[in-house]
Amino acid sequence: MAKALFNILIFPGFLFLFVLGLAVEYLDRKLYAKFQNRIGPRWYQPAADFIKLLGKEDMVPQEADAAVFKLMPAFALAANITAFLYIPIWEKKSLFSFGGDVIVVLYLLTLPTLTYFLGGWYSRSVYAMLGAVRSLTQLFAYEVPLFTCILASALLANTWSLEGMALFYSAHPGYWLFNLTGFAVSLVSLLGKLEKVPFDIPEAETEIVAGSFTEYGGRFLAFFRMSMNIELTVGAGLLAAVFLPFGLDLAPAFVFSLFIIKVVFIIGAVSLVRSIMARLRLDQMINLCWKYFAPLAFLQVLINLLAKWVLIR
Amino acid sequence: MHDSGEVNIPIGPQHPALKEPESFLITLRGEKITAVNIKIGYNHRGIEKACEERTYIQDLYLIERICGICSHSHSTCFAQAVEEIAALEVPVRALYIRSLIGELERIHSHLLWLGVAGHEIGFDTLLMYTWRDREVVMDLLALLTGNRVNYGINTIGGVRRDISEEQIKEVKGAMDILEERTKYYVDIAEGEATLSKRLSGVGVLSYDDALRLGAVGPTARASGVERDVRKDDPYAAYAELDFKVITDKHADVYGRTLVRLKELMESYKIVRQIIKDLPEGPIVIKAPRKIPAGEALSRYEAPRGEDAHYVLANGTERPERVKVRAPTLANIQAVTHMLKDRYLADMPIVIAAIDPCFSCADRLVSVDGPGLKRKKTMTWEALRLFGIEWHKKQGIDISSLNKKISRMIK
Repeated sequence: MAKALFNILIFPGFLFLFVLGLAVEYLDRKLYAKFQNRIGPRWYQPAADFIKLLGKEDMVPQEADAAVFKLMPAFALAANITAFLYIPIWEKKSLFSFGGDVIVVLYLLTLPTLTYFLGGWYSRSVYAMLGAVRSLTQLFAYEVPLFTCILASALLANTWSLEGMALFYSAHPGYWLFNLTGFAVSLVSLLGKLEKVPFDIPEAETEIVAGSFTEYGGRFLAFFRMSMNIELTVGAGLLAAVFLPFGLDLAPAFVFSLFIIKVVFIIGAVSLVRSIMARLRLDQMINLCWKYFAPLAFLQVLINLLAKWVLIR
Repeated sequence: MHDSGEVNIPIGPQHPALKEPESFLITLRGEKITAVNIKIGYNHRGIEKACEERTYIQDLYLIERICGICSHSHSTCFAQAVEEIAALEVPVRALYIRSLIGELERIHSHLLWLGVAGHEIGFDTLLMYTWRDREVVMDLLALLTGNRVNYGINTIGGVRRDISEEQIKEVKGAMDILEERTKYYVDIAEGEATLSKRLSGVGVLSYDDALRLGAVGPTARASGVERDVRKDDPYAAYAELDFKVITDKHADVYGRTLVRLKELMESYKIVRQIIKDLPEGPIVIKAPRKIPAGEALSRYEAPRGEDAHYVLANGTERPERVKVRAPTLANIQAVTHMLKDRYLADMPIVIAAIDPCFSCADRLVSVDGPGLKRKKTMTWEALRLFGIEWHKKQGIDISSLNKKISRMIK
């Protein structure tokens, strides 16, 4: 009981994720600034922002549905933190690993987008409602390539659990190279999930102010932002576990360091992409996802099926 | 939200896409724009009226403050009109210096525009890069005129500051840096996929529409209309300078980007010519305090397009009437046309593509004539009483507040 509580509240649960989320935000902002020829924030800036937001007045719009409006940030945070409990960090299996946890993580990662939609929709502001509709429309575009790519990797390993995948790819070193197409596609799809440039359409500042979060402020916004940081961490962690499964036979401390390095690498890639691209339009984004990413994802499935047939039979 | 599935979205008067308050009420069906209702007038400051109460020299500084970007354009345009009425022969060196500052201003304005355009389509890296480079030309302007924004270099009959040999060297060095950077931006504009995807085919304004709607400046030139006051009606030193009028066949926002980028290259060429051929001589001739009666219309190619000033003099030291027609007013008509049936996501960049300066554009125009509702004129006192009554209706009683304050002061 005490151990479970420790796991949920301290490590690798709430507190650890909280710190990791802030570190990830700092890294993302600093890299983004460096790519843009700026100095960027100090290391404590994300924490300072968070604390400042916590100290602000909580305001709920008169028209908004107060209960949904207030609950959604907590839902988003809870879904993301729960998802992280299923990501293996220091060994091949995660804390609560079971056969089928890939599906659960993907499901839990979809929930935050739903909370952005509900939070935006029930704030009853035109900008927030438009942003809400946009995030849901976008969801249907990037989710299919992302899921297909991650499941393609699972298909090769013939398992539905992250632990099984880790075991398989450790037993067959170099096989993860089959999944490179899928890695690239999921990395870009992850940008859509995280609503970052070039897919920050749901919160396009110059069009709809802040999208779903237009009416949010104070504590609620702080939790939404924290949940987005954690979503970035979980997303990067998931991609690291699925597409970069190497070096897992080392001592736990090394595996943990390697995990952090992989996450840093993925976040670096995310920052780089978002600093060299312009925001796409919603129709262009949907076209891109269905015309190019989805076929590429199915190509990945095909590659893996062939590989499985030739190599493993 | 209406039953028909249409949503009205207020873009402005306060909105992150707009740098100045102005209202665009947009009707959306899904993501498509079905109607745009533009209301301008939020920045009306009564500058034209204020000009009538000041002397010509004071007006010059007031006119310069119409715009924070093309301040030199407005002050030169006004000075030219006054000089024409007074029949002043401005020294050639002064004309060259005016052109030099004008071109440097065009460079800083176009670089600023490029950054704003990048920001509007979510390409913040472009904003950071171009604004960093813009500092080079801003520093240059501060070096030459003493100010970064309102240069205050013009005076009636010439300019107030001369340019030294060392300053010319600085200008030369800065032009080399900027030319290299601009080439890089041209590469980006031609090579970066998301950029051209977002700009091509957006905000289309055909050649005929550009003529019909009276577009000016880069907006018109990107539609293939060869319209440039520097060539059509040369002022300052432009008659003696060799440069091309840049036009483009794209007729969309992408074309407007290319036109501005290529104009930057032309401006570097012009600046180099000016500092090479800068003639010797005085920089100012004395202008009379009282300008003889007469009228003049002066035109100037501001970075955003043709700027026109009309001045009516009555023989005293104050003008009878000053009228300013800023380029944005000519271009804003085209925006409604450009936004028809486009996506909401295109709205910020289409508005930004005419490089709007709303504070320049906002003038009060009252149309009077047979068949139109007669406009009332009010005295100051009547206007004050009207204001108090209006606020009373809103539930704010200013008159009692006034009494309280005056009692407190006593």
